[in-house]
Amino acid sequence: MSERTFAVVGTRPVRHDGVDKVTGRAAYGADANWPGMLHGVVVRSPHAHARIVSIDTSAAEAMPGVKAVLVGSELPDINATIPLGEAALDLRDMSYSMMARDKALYHGQAVAAVAATTLDIAREAAATIVVSYEKLTPVMNVDEATAPDAPILHPTMRTKGAPPDAPPSNLASRLEMKRGDVDAGFADADLVIEREFRTPTVHQGYIEPHACIARCGEDGRAVIWCATQGPFFVRDASAAIAGLDPAHVKVIPSEIGGGFGGKIVVYLEPVALLLAKKAQRPVKMVMNRDEVFRATGPTSGTKIRVKIGAKRDGTFVAAKVSFWYEAGAFKGSPVGAGAMCSIAPYKFPNFFLEAHDVVVNKPKVAAYRAPGSPMASFAVESVVDEIARELKMDAIDLRLKNANQEGDQAPYGPKFGPIGLKSVLEAAKNHPHWKAPLGPNQGRGFAIGFWFNGGMNSSATVTLGGDGSAAVQTGNPDIGGTRAAQAMMVAEELGIPVERVRPSVGDTDSAGYTDLTGGSRVCFATGMAVIRAAEDVREQLKARAAKIWNVEPSAVGWDSGNLIPPAGAKETKSGHDAKPLTVAEVAAKMAHTGGPVVGRASLYAPMAGPGFGAHICDLEVDQETGRSRVVRYTAIQDVGKAVHPSYVEGQIQGGAVQGIGWALNEEYVYNRDGAMENAGFLDYRMPVASDLPMIDTVIVEVANPLHPYGVRGVGEVPICPPLAACANAMRSATGIRFTQLPLSPPRVLEKIMAAAPVAVGA
Amino acid sequence: MKLHIHTTINGEPAEFLCDGHETLLSALRNTLGLTGTKEGCSTGDCGACSILLDGRLVPACLVLAPEAQGRTITTIEGIAQHDVLHPLQKTFLENAALQCGICTPGFIIAAKALLDKKPKPTEDETRFWLAGNLCRCTGYDKIIRAVMEASV
Amino acid sequence: MVSIRYEAPQSVADAVRLLSAEQGAKVFAGGTDLLVQFKMGARQPTAFVDIKRIPELVGITITDRALRLGAATSAAVIGEHDELTRLWPGLAEAVHLIGSTQIQGRGTVGGNLCNASPAADTTCALIVNRAECVIAGPKGERTVPVETFCTAPGRTVLERGELLVAITIPRPAPRTADAYLRLIPRSEMDIAVAGAGVSVTLDANGVCTAARVAIGAVAPTALLVPDAAKALIGSKLDERALNAAAAAASAAASPIDDKRGTVAYRRTVAGVLTKRAAKIAAGRIR
Repeated sequence: MSERTFAVVGTRPVRHDGVDKVTGRAAYGADANWPGMLHGVVVRSPHAHARIVSIDTSAAEAMPGVKAVLVGSELPDINATIPLGEAALDLRDMSYSMMARDKALYHGQAVAAVAATTLDIAREAAATIVVSYEKLTPVMNVDEATAPDAPILHPTMRTKGAPPDAPPSNLASRLEMKRGDVDAGFADADLVIEREFRTPTVHQGYIEPHACIARCGEDGRAVIWCATQGPFFVRDASAAIAGLDPAHVKVIPSEIGGGFGGKIVVYLEPVALLLAKKAQRPVKMVMNRDEVFRATGPTSGTKIRVKIGAKRDGTFVAAKVSFWYEAGAFKGSPVGAGAMCSIAPYKFPNFFLEAHDVVVNKPKVAAYRAPGSPMASFAVESVVDEIARELKMDAIDLRLKNANQEGDQAPYGPKFGPIGLKSVLEAAKNHPHWKAPLGPNQGRGFAIGFWFNGGMNSSATVTLGGDGSAAVQTGNPDIGGTRAAQAMMVAEELGIPVERVRPSVGDTDSAGYTDLTGGSRVCFATGMAVIRAAEDVREQLKARAAKIWNVEPSAVGWDSGNLIPPAGAKETKSGHDAKPLTVAEVAAKMAHTGGPVVGRASLYAPMAGPGFGAHICDLEVDQETGRSRVVRYTAIQDVGKAVHPSYVEGQIQGGAVQGIGWALNEEYVYNRDGAMENAGFLDYRMPVASDLPMIDTVIVEVANPLHPYGVRGVGEVPICPPLAACANAMRSATGIRFTQLPLSPPRVLEKIMAAAPVAVGA
Repeated sequence: MKLHIHTTINGEPAEFLCDGHETLLSALRNTLGLTGTKEGCSTGDCGACSILLDGRLVPACLVLAPEAQGRTITTIEGIAQHDVLHPLQKTFLENAALQCGICTPGFIIAAKALLDKKPKPTEDETRFWLAGNLCRCTGYDKIIRAVMEASV
Repeated sequence: MVSIRYEAPQSVADAVRLLSAEQGAKVFAGGTDLLVQFKMGARQPTAFVDIKRIPELVGITITDRALRLGAATSAAVIGEHDELTRLWPGLAEAVHLIGSTQIQGRGTVGGNLCNASPAADTTCALIVNRAECVIAGPKGERTVPVETFCTAPGRTVLERGELLVAITIPRPAPRTADAYLRLIPRSEMDIAVAGAGVSVTLDANGVCTAARVAIGAVAPTALLVPDAAKALIGSKLDERALNAAAAAASAAASPIDDKRGTVAYRRTVAGVLTKRAAKIAAGRIR
């Protein structure tokens, strides 16, 4: 692909939605209010595992101001899946998770809901609903869930592939991936290191709680306003779960206050729809923070056993990795993706990966930024760090020696196209951070990470104004700055100023179908659709100019926003020599040359641009209290082509900090009854501004040949390296290998003291 | 029996009815239609509901609506002066210090309170002052740069 | 139906009358604990009695004998008081550690004390500075030493109708300084996992002639630790004395396992913080 010079791509214009956001005008999920609106409140299970014996809603129904009550048994029974990239989400499971039927399977699971004229009345009514439960023993981790006499969550669920007479199990599935002969590989190794790792349940931590308003009219047509990453998904899933025809459901995506994968699955929308249908009034539902933690979709807690064999010169010869991921109360953890990512960066002639999907009495897990990969990377990169130490090799050199490059076969099958892993490793090696001296009690850790990045379905329309300005609309909610990027693409392709392009996110009636915002695919795949839609406009403009000059459209040239006439052409109306025309000039003549100009494109982008990142983390550890802080952090990533470098940097910094929080302090703390004890921002400890230094970023650009600009997905890779980067830094600072996250002060001090010959203060 | 509160919001007299237990955040968002101030947690831990009460930075979710009586309140809607953005709003935009933007109103109010008190804070002072404002998108880097740039 | 009245008395007498008349009337200062608990469903008052409009409860007075701190003075106002910060740096830093800047704009020392969390940041600093609590009630005014004010998690000596009006602290003797440290996993925002406050007086030769040590978040209430003080008195705060004080602090602790820390961790860290706070306090003496 030739080196193209860009006029707009690569610059840093102010984002188009920026002024609304800095003035408070931008409307998020909870910011809308519709006339006649009711308020909906959910009743939730106080037990992590229980049979629901009866629900008495009579007091609630009789309360003045209460207009509708809903219980799980009223929801239609469905058996369907909904496509989501390479996977399919089970709608029946989603429905059951959203509101319990005969069993409560996690603490906080919805069992009923009420809509009333005020929030106070709704809460009061909810408190009068009497649910009687028969408590069952919960299983709260993979060991408990797979133990021989473990209480079973789903009496009809057998391990996938097991014979029909097999007993029910909490092991939903087990999959294997292999290459070569690992036993022979390990026998051939000079060094074999095996470790077992555990990571906790963690949450995406978006600051905006889930919120929606739904109305359902007398004609059965429904409208949902909600904060979501996928309005078309909300439409299809909500309609299916509520038993409505999706043809009669419109979803309007609000501005979204963070998603990171957690605002894809529906939790409130079908409930609000059904309440609205019953009450024949709009119903607004907003989760509180407690509900967000307990009853949305955190990501899997995991157990991962890693065994890697290497030769003395550092060549990797074999890897055996066993993964157990918690799916939550319903099957479907990202264990498969995690397995595929775990050794993706490395050439292993022999490997054996086994991935177990295990149900436990926790909320059903949802996607969280590179789902499955961060934990897998934590485990593998920790062992690679050990190997480097044992072999006395530089951590980066060891990885360079084994790094996959173009033409190598990924562990999950296809051959890599051009990838930037080696470039990223070289950039890390040459970065001043790698050689900078460390202060007392400081340690340095290095780790890499990988994500496939998605393609999938996208559409875009670009409409031209008579003044030569343009509007670009897609159906992808903007969670990373993609509106700015889309406007830049249109400005680039049409040669008009980026401030004269108006990007917007459409609802499910006005935007062409698009798969959700996620998988780091919007700038890549939807961006491709935007570029093609703009090209479509360009071709139409050429045809209009051709009319003006009475030439063939193929004879019309294009240069940076100007239509160029062929030599000798004449302006049809005046007879004068034809001069180049700007986009605005041609646009002004739209009505007389054929009518409005609307460009459109829709595509399925099957291939992705895999991304690699490398992070360097310096931790300072207080050896007497186990408390640590990040003192320096550098994140290097191959992004293919940075359309808007500031937002690319922002994605890298944001993902890195989420990973730092996951490594150092974040975890769901459960009591013995399976209830989360820290369901708030006070004790679910996400990083705050004073916890961190500046996050230095280095953008590497190894063009992705599948995209006109070379764009690769950016958003998910950055959360993959930090868990191991921090753990490896902790190893460097304390001499201790931590195999369990988070690296919270009590855990760290316990190990420091166990390793020290003399206790502090004695 | 609702209370009738007279107050001043963003320089303009305002009045509203509220229950005794209602928070100022609820009164602002639901009664007065000022939805620029956001609700992230309702327990004072995220800073998304930051406002200035008599010039003092507070979390509106932990202020009772009746306390507004006779006081002055500044919300994000009052930061820009007519059609001129506040320097902080400008530096946030120029530094790409926002992504999803849900935390941005809270940060701008909190940062304004900092700069009103200390026009040229150090990076450390800025970070510690803003420790009560959570952001999950940016990792704080560009936000801190934007605040420090506005102070110059 | 939730229905809580809002009252804003303008005098101590009116406040006492409201609190005496109604069991469910709760004092409302900054609301940073009360409202959070209310939202969690824990406490359902019948009335919020906002005491912030009572002049005697808001304000800082320092005479040549003592500091008088109105119970409803916000942490932010305290932090901005230069003389208080100079004379009682440990108290100032303890107050400054409560929550975030936003919480500081609301939270009060009186509220922090009356909430009676074992982990309250100000309690240790108040104890080592010999603070006293001025209480007004239907039977008049009384004063109790701060170390006896909290009796159990969430419980104080306040009886029905009583209100904490002010906290008084005697001016420190010459060559006396205090310090407060706490351990939190992050750098801000967290509830203390362990805390230690120390006040020391050194003579001209650097020998410790008086000391008070209090530990927090490691027992049902903040604890005055006389044995830790004894270990420091008579010494020059050398390693041996500091370690002995740390050991005494650890021994006095009776912590619990919870989502913030373990028994072993809290016990160890109480000692580490005592030692460090003692060093800082000593370093402040000019």
